[in-house]
Amino acid sequence: MAFQFAAFLMAAPMLNAQTPEEKGLEIAKEVDLRDTGFGDTTADMEMLLQNRHGDTSSRKMSMKSLEVDDDGDKSLISFDFPRDVKGTSFLSFTHKVGQDDQWLYLPALKRVKRISSNNKSGPFVGSEFAYEDLSSQEVEKYTYKYIEDTEVDGVEHWLIERYPEDPKSGYTRQLVWIDKGRHIVTKMDFYDRKNSLLKTLEFEGYQQYLEKYWRADRMVMTNHQTGKKTDLVWSNYVFKNGYTDRDFDQRTLTNSR
Amino acid sequence: MRESLFDRLRIRSSVRCGYLLLALGGASVATAAEWSGYLGAEVRAYEESPEHVGQDNGGLATIVFEPEFYAEWEDGYQSIEFSPYFRWDSQDDERSLIDIRELSYLKVAGDWEFRVGISKVFWGVAESQHLVDVVNQTDLVASLDGEEKLGQAMVQVVNISRWGDFSLFVLPGFRERTFPGEEGRLRGGIVVDSDRSLYESGEGKDHVDVALRWFKILGDFDVGVHYFRGTRRDPLFELQVDGGETSLVPYYEQMDQLGLDLQYTKEGWLLKLEAIARDASSEDYSAAVAGFEYTFYGIFGSSIDAGLLVEGHLDERGEDATTSFNNDIFVGTRLGWNDEADTSLVAGVFRDWKNDSMVGLVEFERRLRGSMKLEIEVQKMGSIDPQDALYPVRRDSYAQIGLKRHF
Repeated sequence: MAFQFAAFLMAAPMLNAQTPEEKGLEIAKEVDLRDTGFGDTTADMEMLLQNRHGDTSSRKMSMKSLEVDDDGDKSLISFDFPRDVKGTSFLSFTHKVGQDDQWLYLPALKRVKRISSNNKSGPFVGSEFAYEDLSSQEVEKYTYKYIEDTEVDGVEHWLIERYPEDPKSGYTRQLVWIDKGRHIVTKMDFYDRKNSLLKTLEFEGYQQYLEKYWRADRMVMTNHQTGKKTDLVWSNYVFKNGYTDRDFDQRTLTNSR
Repeated sequence: MRESLFDRLRIRSSVRCGYLLLALGGASVATAAEWSGYLGAEVRAYEESPEHVGQDNGGLATIVFEPEFYAEWEDGYQSIEFSPYFRWDSQDDERSLIDIRELSYLKVAGDWEFRVGISKVFWGVAESQHLVDVVNQTDLVASLDGEEKLGQAMVQVVNISRWGDFSLFVLPGFRERTFPGEEGRLRGGIVVDSDRSLYESGEGKDHVDVALRWFKILGDFDVGVHYFRGTRRDPLFELQVDGGETSLVPYYEQMDQLGLDLQYTKEGWLLKLEAIARDASSEDYSAAVAGFEYTFYGIFGSSIDAGLLVEGHLDERGEDATTSFNNDIFVGTRLGWNDEADTSLVAGVFRDWKNDSMVGLVEFERRLRGSMKLEIEVQKMGSIDPQDALYPVRRDSYAQIGLKRHF
């Protein structure tokens, strides 16, 4: 009892001093920290695009990503389906501050083209995911505000709000539900530039890798304004492949399939 | 049904790849091998009757088949690629072709890369002309935009360092440019006779060309510099009269070329420059294409991207240039719908600012369903000045519709 009281005394001044903005940032940093050190990963992705009539089409691709110290991650996505875009690859260097760098490889011409990263709010391959939804989620790319503690399906969560720093973002704000125990995002609401609810993203089937890193098997993005939906299904996660910057350069992009 | 066919192809190809691995020393690492490619059919109609004697007066149909076999092992650090190319044309025998676009082996070893075989490389940044892209010969009859290339035998060695990527190309076996035959459209008044091609080099087609290229990403700049020594890809022509028949015989000179390609990427802007300085026996000249591409993302609250393309073409030779890109400006737009069907449209106009000749083009494509692709292309000759390189083809405006089944 005395021990608990002492702990309370120590914690109380800190909590009082912390603004909702500070607490939001602290939670975001903690989530980021828990996912630090994964090194690199490969995974297969399938996107199932569904329009409001329920018609579906598929996109299949594989993704490699590399954790970069003190900057955003590098990633290389290679398309496999539909077959007319097979071999097309997309290389992205995310930066904590400033614009990302992006290159596209067009296999028919064997051409690498550097492209503008201003497309961040645009749809990724016609899906409900925007480029910015899929790029590396760096703490510095947002400001934060803690909203409340809440329960989702009986699991304790923090609800925080975050605001994109980049004026080119398609969002004014995002509501993020974070599982307190596992420090993982389970749900997000996206508000468009007019501050209307645009999309909801739900994360399903989290699995833990290397006894530390949580990855969802399925991410379901629902667009409330158009009635469209995209299921992103992840499989074959492999960590620690020993990749270096060399596996994410322009040459490798040219040789990738 | 389609899946089962895929599976069968996969099984067959992995068996073959197994043999290949045995041949290469029997590495026991995981191998991925796969066939892909497309079968395409196009029909084209010309707006006007032909200008020149011998040209077929009617539309044409073309069938193209380009399968591709790809196998990699050692996590992609070794791979082979094989891509034969078959084209059949209903109108012009010279447009029918069997080629090997790719048959190469790649080995990546740390900061070194080695490629041996027939392959294709692309250099450059511009959209409306590919000035610095000289390694592969242009398959001119396949498309006028110079984007279709013939396979080129090569040994390519690349070293990647903090100072940039240094590539050395040794290019044996020269490939001749393709030209329309007598029945074909989009040619001059006198038919090019490729069977009698002449070469400045005594070695003819067997002259081994050499190229060096340096490439580096410097912040927002992508920079490439190259030096090429060997046979010119664009021939000069000699008029020959043989038994009352007049023909143009291609004459391939030797040249030294120094070139630069540069792109600056900032926000929605891409600023581009390609320039060459060329030293050949008959002429020394320089040429450049420079311009920009600006993209408005998500116009009018939609998910459509609209790009504005402006590129200026300069050639020191002016009206004597062997190319139509001598004093021209290209203004165009690229629309991307970002939809499920990947619908896109490129439309633009070339205008020669000295003689006011104009050519317009539109390219539209859209995935129908599955992996079927619809491609529509329109090329419209405006008023063409008699001084312009395009004067002989001024009646060759056309519309083309194509379907490609990818597998």
